[in-house]
Amino acid sequence: MAAPAETTLSSSASDAVASVEMPRAARRDGTIAWVSRITFLVVALAIPLLFKNFVVFQFTQMLVYAIAILGLNLLTGFNGQFSLGHSAFYALGAYTAAIMMDQYSVSYIWTLPAAGVICFVAGFLFGLPALRLEGIYLALATFSLAIATPQILKLSPLEHWTGGVQGIVIIKPDPPPGVPLNQDQWLYYFTLAVGLLLYILARNLVKSRSGRALMAIRDNPIAARSMGVNLALYKSLAFGTSALYTGIAGALGAIIIQFVAPDSFTLVLSIAFLVGLVVGGVGWLPGAIFGGAFVLFVPNIAEGVSKGLSGAVYGIILILLIYLMPTGAAGFVRAVLSRLKS
Amino acid sequence: MSEVPPSTPPLLAVKEVAVRFDGIVALDGISFEIQKGQILGLIGPNGAGKTTLFNCLSRLYTPTSGDILFEGRTILDRPAHRISELGLGRTFQNVALFQHLSVLDNVLVGGHAKSRSDFVSDALRLPATRRGEAAMIREARDLIAYLELSEVADRVVAGLPFGTQKRVELARALASQPKLLLLDEPAGGLNHDEVGGLGRLIQQIRDDRNVTILLVEHHMGLVMSISDNVVALNFGKKIAEGPPALVRQEPELIRAYLGTGA
Repeated sequence: MAAPAETTLSSSASDAVASVEMPRAARRDGTIAWVSRITFLVVALAIPLLFKNFVVFQFTQMLVYAIAILGLNLLTGFNGQFSLGHSAFYALGAYTAAIMMDQYSVSYIWTLPAAGVICFVAGFLFGLPALRLEGIYLALATFSLAIATPQILKLSPLEHWTGGVQGIVIIKPDPPPGVPLNQDQWLYYFTLAVGLLLYILARNLVKSRSGRALMAIRDNPIAARSMGVNLALYKSLAFGTSALYTGIAGALGAIIIQFVAPDSFTLVLSIAFLVGLVVGGVGWLPGAIFGGAFVLFVPNIAEGVSKGLSGAVYGIILILLIYLMPTGAAGFVRAVLSRLKS
Repeated sequence: MSEVPPSTPPLLAVKEVAVRFDGIVALDGISFEIQKGQILGLIGPNGAGKTTLFNCLSRLYTPTSGDILFEGRTILDRPAHRISELGLGRTFQNVALFQHLSVLDNVLVGGHAKSRSDFVSDALRLPATRRGEAAMIREARDLIAYLELSEVADRVVAGLPFGTQKRVELARALASQPKLLLLDEPAGGLNHDEVGGLGRLIQQIRDDRNVTILLVEHHMGLVMSISDNVVALNFGKKIAEGPPALVRQEPELIRAYLGTGA
């Protein structure tokens, strides 16, 4: 696989602990990091006020994909485990939200923690047997998860819950009373808030003792073990946490689309996450937003260029991107930043 | 266990350790002891079983028979990830650093076993986590300064010269505050001047940090000049043991290295 070389990109930036005697270069990095953050926030907050409802909905969908890619990045980029099965966790989160809202009239807000917990448990348990598998073998094991999921969702014994082939239609939530936003704007801000929270938690995790243990396992499992890192525990936790993120993304996806059906959660979705991960930058958390944008918008752009050959156009765009930015958006952003500095 | 304990129990006792892989005898009943504060050199030609023994000590391998006692207690009932917490640190033959992490992060992982945290408090960055992290970083920076690595502390390991990487590995091993430090060919790949410096460094670490050292090394000059005791292996058997001055005259050792007679 492509070596995840981006992990230490901002290890010195804005680290409160290291700020005691932070050299000038690091302080400048910190400034750049804050400028990018504030720019992102301003743009992100302005989007619903500038665009029509459908476009706002698309941006919401982009954020949902970004959250899923964030989760995949924790697993693949930071812990070195592959997954072609994240569509299964996305589906599990989506159905958790849909069933809770449809059958038990639970508020959409509470479906997110539920989806997160259920997917964490599922991911952790799947991570345990996956411990024995490395690289492409793990990819194959998770592949089977992705293949099985749509069929399991269609099974007739589960139909009472899942709605079988028909799926479940849910009602679009209204903004809280007194909030002067329409439904699409509200869901956008809601998703943005959840995404930012999850991003901050991921960032904290990656920069902590636990995160270093995950990266140590990725870089050298034997040495990590000799340093006292419990491989089984950390790899399973990585799987669980990754599934938690993707499951919450799935729940959000169900809420904003107001519909779940088995065929929305095929292997293609897993691969889309993987593509988004690589395009954004493996091992670079902010890359998720670029990955999400790619997953959502590039197929539309390809279709706009040629309806009949949209797949080929998509492929060409992808190849061009990989050729121009071999380490994804991460490398591109880095290059621009170093240009800015000099 | 009815033996009378000696006046000073050894820090490490290797007892009749044998390792067989598919009929190949890698270690054939090796026994020796290390006293606290010693530097013990483990020597022998390629394939003598030195690294196999090391891997038994860090529980990457399980001996087919025999026992390994650390501070009088067996370590064979522990998995590999629970060896570091006992106070057994190690380096690897060809440098096994975390290549995409910074020097500081590598050293911080070295301290993994003597710190505690969990995913939830790490993700939330709770006050206790912050304090723990700050203390760990302070200690790691001290260690980095001790090994004269401060200039590269925030650099990613992958691009650093080999000799520097070896010192990073030493810093990482010391981060667990080991009582016994296992060094697997620390002089490998170093030039003549660097080897001299390494010898002084190892002695200095022993004296400053109260660390006992087990040194596997090909470089005879280094082993003989800094070791208190030497154990020589050949074909999985112990062929000599004692102070360097005596061991170097051992006919079997000379034969093993020069390949004459036999």
